[in-house]
Amino acid sequence: MIGFASKVQLDNFGLLSMNCRNLEFISRYNKRRLYPLVDNKLLTKQAALAADIAVPELIGSVKTPFEVNQLEQILGERTKFVIKPARGSAGKGILVITRREGNDFYKASGSKLSLQDLKRDISNILSGLYSLGGKPDVALIESLIQFDPGLARYSYQGVPDIRVIVFQGYPVMAMLRCSTAESDGKANLHQGAVGVGLAVRDGKARSAVQNGDLVSLHPDTNEPFGDLQIPHWETILQLTARCYELTGLGYIGCDVVLDSQLGPLILELNARPGLAIQIANQRGLLPRLRHVEALQPNPDIDARVQLAASTFDQL
Amino acid sequence: MNSRAQVYLFAFIFILLGASLTVYKQQVLGFPLTPGQLDTVWTIEAEVSFDADGDRSIKASLGLPDIAAGYELLSESFSSSGFGFDIVGTATDQRRALWTKRQGNGEQQLYYRLQIAAIQPLELPHLPPQGDDIYLPEWLHAERDVASNLVRRATELSADPASLARQILLLLNSDDVDADFLRRAYQHSSNAQLAQQLLAHAGQHARLTRGIMLEDDRRNLSPDTMLEVWSEDRWVAFDPTTANQGYPRNFLVWQRGDSSLFEVSGGSNSLVRFSMNSNRLSAKAVAMQSPNRLHAPLLDFSIFTLPVEKQNAFKSILLVPIGILLVAIFRILVGLRTSGTFMPVLIALAFIETNLATGLITFLTIVGVGLWLRSYLSRINLLLVARISVVVIMVIILMASFSVISYKLGLDEVLAITFFPMIIIAWTIERMSILWEEDGAKEVLIQGGGSLLVAMVAYLAMTNSYVTHLTFNFPEILLIEAGLILLLGQYSGYRLSEFYRFRFMGRSG
Repeated sequence: MIGFASKVQLDNFGLLSMNCRNLEFISRYNKRRLYPLVDNKLLTKQAALAADIAVPELIGSVKTPFEVNQLEQILGERTKFVIKPARGSAGKGILVITRREGNDFYKASGSKLSLQDLKRDISNILSGLYSLGGKPDVALIESLIQFDPGLARYSYQGVPDIRVIVFQGYPVMAMLRCSTAESDGKANLHQGAVGVGLAVRDGKARSAVQNGDLVSLHPDTNEPFGDLQIPHWETILQLTARCYELTGLGYIGCDVVLDSQLGPLILELNARPGLAIQIANQRGLLPRLRHVEALQPNPDIDARVQLAASTFDQL
Repeated sequence: MNSRAQVYLFAFIFILLGASLTVYKQQVLGFPLTPGQLDTVWTIEAEVSFDADGDRSIKASLGLPDIAAGYELLSESFSSSGFGFDIVGTATDQRRALWTKRQGNGEQQLYYRLQIAAIQPLELPHLPPQGDDIYLPEWLHAERDVASNLVRRATELSADPASLARQILLLLNSDDVDADFLRRAYQHSSNAQLAQQLLAHAGQHARLTRGIMLEDDRRNLSPDTMLEVWSEDRWVAFDPTTANQGYPRNFLVWQRGDSSLFEVSGGSNSLVRFSMNSNRLSAKAVAMQSPNRLHAPLLDFSIFTLPVEKQNAFKSILLVPIGILLVAIFRILVGLRTSGTFMPVLIALAFIETNLATGLITFLTIVGVGLWLRSYLSRINLLLVARISVVVIMVIILMASFSVISYKLGLDEVLAITFFPMIIIAWTIERMSILWEEDGAKEVLIQGGGSLLVAMVAYLAMTNSYVTHLTFNFPEILLIEAGLILLLGQYSGYRLSEFYRFRFMGRSG
């Protein structure tokens, strides 16, 4: 039956539902007091730097309306950068500048912005427009990722990023999010980006999904997903597994980008990662999560990564 | 005990407690679970005021209404500060309230207040006149001739005592010369008194009754007088000023016959004034107020002991948890997205004031126009607090202009627009606008539609007469609602929407 899935069907997949995620994983394994570290990207970045976890370069931050006027000095001669709210969620309020001519800035889509437009965007960020609950916020300015040409084929504008769900330090499931014309260069699946499920063992594509339905080619670049394999996969698993010790949060989503020079970088962490990764993988999360729950806590990162790579794809 | 077991325990206790209190009230205290008819409850206050003479003992009495006819007495109370107080009279006599005091000075006010419920149309008691004696007025010679003449003319035009009374009243109210003469001769008598005397002259039993017209929110009324005449086997009432037969609707007969309505000795300038207001209460609330129920401990400390006005406020407050329960169901079980968690409940409360169709149209218009104006604001550089403030002011201007325009067009319903929570609407506009820019119009429709759907369902539930009856008369249901919400908070199964969202799971095998 195509209109709806049945309960038996979903149970057979071990599908993690929203209520179950909230009740049995997020509220059980993620301590509330640890949230600020992941909800505030500036704090995440500082903590990651202190723990020697690779992150994109921070150009500067704007914390007060007064500092907005110093934007030109902060930017210097940079031509490629990203402005984002420290507490933004679901990619809201992120401005990607890929080209600059004098004080004219161009978004990935080609639309032109003036310095004044950038300042307005930063004021919006500071006043809390994009933050949860409208709290006053801080704007981060990061250098733009030089994304890996191997992956560039699978993305229409924007940066393809890799989402890994890490439970109790085990990377349990992963996907690649590829922006499309339909998603306006954004990597959010509910806006029409393609989600590619990745095997935990080797980072090979397992299945690709757009708008909930299976696809085999990227709709804009026409690249087949079948022969996709993420480079530096071992490093990515290591990097994400370490985020457990970094944050202390039991159930997180780690967003990783591949820089052509710097390799895998942790872009941001999410204490309430979405469920769409299950559609991309065509697998439910529950069997893997229950498997980890039955294990003893293991502080050895290498051992966790090895177990993840050898076990979870079969579950 | 783990947290899940605790939740189940508390939910179980709450639901059990709420259900058993409900059953207790239904079985033992006789509260029905379904709403009955609405009864009008009148609160009437009689104020006797006079100036005390100072050196004489004071005695004031007030005839108390005979409530048997058409009304049920719910409560009566007296104020008697500084006065001795008693009720005198027997079952057959009219009861009188008696205030006494040895000495008093200055202006005095005494109050008698009663609450009655109209239970059936007014039916007069038809006890025959006592004794066969008719008290004949002592006319002077000239007046007797005029009276005889007048009675004779009225008798010619009538068939029975009732029609005679009517003819006499018509004559007395006309500019007939005989009537004019009598009116001038007895300047201190009212038409009713004159008519009573003329009827006595004609050998008919007649009496005066005093009472008040029950109208909502009236103050400082003086009592009205009516004339009753014994016609064959029943008393027939007439309005002495119009000669219309029968009591007007909502006329409460306070006092009948020759005894006075009120008497004051030891004072002067005495006056009785009536004030009243009405409420429509369910038959159960009325039953509640009957004196014999008031001492059940569950009721002694309940909402019912509050003043009626405050009870009304609780009526809508007690409905809010119903809306909240629905929001919880829609979000947790169905998986509907709404903009703002409890915004739908607030919108539903506003719908209750405006009614659904008007509310829906005005809400959509305000949000629509607001979104359009807001789209300009997003092009200029404003800090968030300033922008949302501007949106609030925009909403107020929109509400004001809609009210004025619709009032000019004669659409009074739209005036209820003020019940919309403007801050909530402003935030809705702000959120929708951002949602529109970032996620597109589709997402706005999904969330806005979801909110409106929940608001409409909440509205239908909150206006359902059974629901309103239950929530108001059985506030114990709050415990049941709390228990249900606790249980919902433990639900870790699928949402209805997830069967759709994950419909493509497993297509690859």
